Amino acid sequence: MADKILDIRNLDITFSTTAGPVHAIRGVNMDLERGETVAIVGESGSGKSVVMKTVMGILAGNAVINSGEIIFRYKEDDGSTQEVDILKKDKKWIRRNINGRKISMIFQDPMTSLDPTMTIGKQLMEGMIMHLKMSSKEAAERAVQLLGEVGITEPSRRMKQYPHQLSGGMRQRVVIAMAISCNPDLLICDEPTTALDVTIQAKILELIKKLQKDHGISVIYITHDLGVVAKVADYVNVMYAGKIVEVGNIEEIFYEPRHPYTWGLLSAMPDLETDDSRLYTIPGSPPNLLHEVKGDAFAPRNQYALKIDSIAEPPMFKITDTHYAATWLLDPRAPKVEMPQELRRRIERMRKEVKEDAGKI
Amino acid sequence: MPARYDQEPILKVEHMKQYFKVNSSFTVKAVDDVSFDIYPGETYGLVGESGSGKTTIGRGIIRLYDPTDGKITFKGADITGKLDKATFQLLRTKMQMIFQDPMASLNPRKKIGDIIGEGLDIHKMYSTKEERKQKIDRILAMVGLAAEHYDRYPYQFSGGQRQRVGIARALILNPELIIADECISALDVSIQAQVVNLMKDIQEETGAAYLFIAHDLSMVKYISDRIGVLHLGRMLETGTTEEIFSNPLHPYTRSLLSAIPSPDPRTEKGRTALEYDYASSGLDYDQGQLTLIEGTHYVHGTAQEIEAWKKETSGV
Amino acid sequence: MSEKAFNTALTPSQQGTEVLAYTPKDEDFVFDTSIDINIDQNYASVGFWKGVFTRFFKSIRAVIGLVIIVVCIIFALIGPHMNRYGYSDIQSVYDEETGKEITARSLPPRIPWLHRLMTGEDYEDEFADCTFLFGTDSLGRDLWTRVWYGARVSLLIAFVTIFIDMIVGMSFGLISGYFGGVADNLMQRFVEVATFMPKGIGLVIVALLLTEWIGMSKIARAEMLKNKEQEYIMASRTLGARSGRIIFIDILPNTIGPIITQMMFSIPTAIFTEAFLSFVGVGIMLPQCSIGSLIEDGFNNITTLPYQIVPPIVVLALLMLAFNFVGDGLREALAPRIEDM
Repeated sequence: MADKILDIRNLDITFSTTAGPVHAIRGVNMDLERGETVAIVGESGSGKSVVMKTVMGILAGNAVINSGEIIFRYKEDDGSTQEVDILKKDKKWIRRNINGRKISMIFQDPMTSLDPTMTIGKQLMEGMIMHLKMSSKEAAERAVQLLGEVGITEPSRRMKQYPHQLSGGMRQRVVIAMAISCNPDLLICDEPTTALDVTIQAKILELIKKLQKDHGISVIYITHDLGVVAKVADYVNVMYAGKIVEVGNIEEIFYEPRHPYTWGLLSAMPDLETDDSRLYTIPGSPPNLLHEVKGDAFAPRNQYALKIDSIAEPPMFKITDTHYAATWLLDPRAPKVEMPQELRRRIERMRKEVKEDAGKI
Repeated sequence: MPARYDQEPILKVEHMKQYFKVNSSFTVKAVDDVSFDIYPGETYGLVGESGSGKTTIGRGIIRLYDPTDGKITFKGADITGKLDKATFQLLRTKMQMIFQDPMASLNPRKKIGDIIGEGLDIHKMYSTKEERKQKIDRILAMVGLAAEHYDRYPYQFSGGQRQRVGIARALILNPELIIADECISALDVSIQAQVVNLMKDIQEETGAAYLFIAHDLSMVKYISDRIGVLHLGRMLETGTTEEIFSNPLHPYTRSLLSAIPSPDPRTEKGRTALEYDYASSGLDYDQGQLTLIEGTHYVHGTAQEIEAWKKETSGV
Repeated sequence: MSEKAFNTALTPSQQGTEVLAYTPKDEDFVFDTSIDINIDQNYASVGFWKGVFTRFFKSIRAVIGLVIIVVCIIFALIGPHMNRYGYSDIQSVYDEETGKEITARSLPPRIPWLHRLMTGEDYEDEFADCTFLFGTDSLGRDLWTRVWYGARVSLLIAFVTIFIDMIVGMSFGLISGYFGGVADNLMQRFVEVATFMPKGIGLVIVALLLTEWIGMSKIARAEMLKNKEQEYIMASRTLGARSGRIIFIDILPNTIGPIITQMMFSIPTAIFTEAFLSFVGVGIMLPQCSIGSLIEDGFNNITTLPYQIVPPIVVLALLMLAFNFVGDGLREALAPRIEDM
């Protein structure tokens, strides 16, 4: 049987705000196998960060969990596998046993995870001393080794430096070193490269990939950037207005997308080869979940919207064993709709390249 | 309307310098001897990482800063130094700016309609209230917002919507040059494309020229006719979009190009970005100069450096 | 990913959103042409002030403060008229036998019906039928009437001076902060000099006017410094807005929150300053009274008639506390924040 590390079932969350209840997560299902990488893609406000904060047990106080379970299976130090429902545990227990220990998180801005008044070395050692009960000498040795591993030159000298003495890319490397210092089972990366200069972004992603392989860590990426997804992910969850609208493996999502929202996301991403003077994009803006959604939340931005979309919410239609999409267009009674021309041409070209490459070998 | 190269440039920047004095012994050279032209209806993309001086150039041109040295000519008028009334009027109506941060660039206490209409109010460009409302409604529709949004406040909108309000505000005075200062970098990729398309439509309709400032090359390709690559306050390479993308010479330009992600997972998984580090590159920007390669393609460097780069790139 | 995982996903979400008991019909599967996707209709229907009110009323302290202030203001307005005594009337009766005037001097609080209820007896002096809730002062005036009349005077002084100070201080601070450089320097030196100005020789209002605007100007200047580098101000400048417009039309509305908060903190200071000046005898002229002058009166008799000082001191303390509570609550409620999600 497959070894599932994370299993999110029917998660439903409302935030009570001064403006009224915001139904931010509307029934999310997701799972992740050990050692794999899954990406959650969506625009800001789609709820992708909320889901991961729930997994980390760091939801804001005004969140109400209406339903759901988050089953997390982690390895104890003695090698046995433990299984918990994170939603049933209190914050204190999660903080002591899970956060930073079994699940680590990397945020967009490295300065949010670093203490400006503490040396790099001290911050790096702190977690290991607390969680792994290491002596400070052991921790220091391991910290130097970790800094080397994340590609920081002269690690012993850097140990004594403060965060502001490092460049943005270096800081993010330190954060990554901190995240893996306690041998977590799961690493959650929330837009880990958005705040960095473009020439450094790919390097950081490559580093995370390498560490993931070396340490056998499962990784979840939260991003709005399909470029990041293309580079790192095995599976993709496309999220819109608090729901997952399409899920599939990386090839299914990039080469055979079925949801019009995914079409829009894909074609909005520029690439070097196409010479179209226009990009096909999704018009409008994501709905505000302060207002309860009726039917398909995407309908007001969907050029292929059907009458049924404003009446009932589409279920997840199965395309393959791994590929599902929530759009009424997949109903047998729906009119046949092809993906936009621009996108189809691009995908055909990409596939041809693949075939040519295969032919060469 | 395509760029009109047969006409005089609408904007000429010559040897612009912008120094900021930090204290008596330390001066930051944010912009150091930068020159370029923009023709009517053209889009000039200015690309560089944080600290390259790209924002400073934009703000210096529109006179939010006073440039330390150099000459800037807009529609034939010198817009450096003290401005007379007519030049001030020209600058403040015919040149406009779209800002970076969709949260900070709209006055939180003003209605959307009044934000967009501010230019009309300042320059008293309407005779009746109805005329004002009409003008604002037309611009709202142009940027894809509903007429009901007139009475709403900025915090009721998403980032992409706010940026469209910012564009509407810049458009209301029918400017001939719009400086877009990283106006898409705070937005989701899907919304970036939407805003870029909108800007192209507007250019088509109004014939306005753009100075499009960005920190990466991916969207710049879609909107720019010509591109300037900026690093540490210097113009390192400039040319048409075609010239820059097909024959990039400067190692910094090449690293920027290699950083563009691909929507194809198979190529993207194999892509490695070129690294560029000025300190360890062995280059000294003070030694080189902007040298013509061909057509409108210029590269900053010494003769030997440029020869070496030509060899490196032709070998590939 | 296993197939089983999506069994639950095959039905529309069962939780949170209501399950639509709807079976799609064939005619539902045609394109919906009623939506114009090129016009974006989205916006969040929420008002700024609505959020402020909700947050303000969530704070118990702020609500208590507000209630106390409202009650005090109501009593200051109607308290002096709740009985037949004027604030400066000396209560007296003529002794029918001797023809001598007997004044109700320094009577402790009395409520005849309550007294009867408790002791079964009536008061036996000349004022047996009179109710004096707080008693009378050493001249024979009703303290209840005087305390609320004094509160009215004190509040009036506070509100008037703070209002004027707000206008003066805010303009001063905004202008000084906007122009910066030499103008700012000069104006800030003036503030420093004004800070050391001795408080009022005689007129309380003038004294308060001279000092209380400073805090306001400091707040306004800080707000200006914060706002003027924002992109929305740059936008106004690129549209050709002149300084006057930027200061008073663009930035001023954005400083209202902190200014109101500062006012809430200034009012108790003004009341207290007035009380202090009256207490040391340079404030209100007799027979007028204010909270401060009442405390002074009471203080003179504190050893013999301690009850006289209690009502004005309690009112003063309540008002100071209440305004501070409300100020705190407003500062919290107005703080710009993105709702945590």
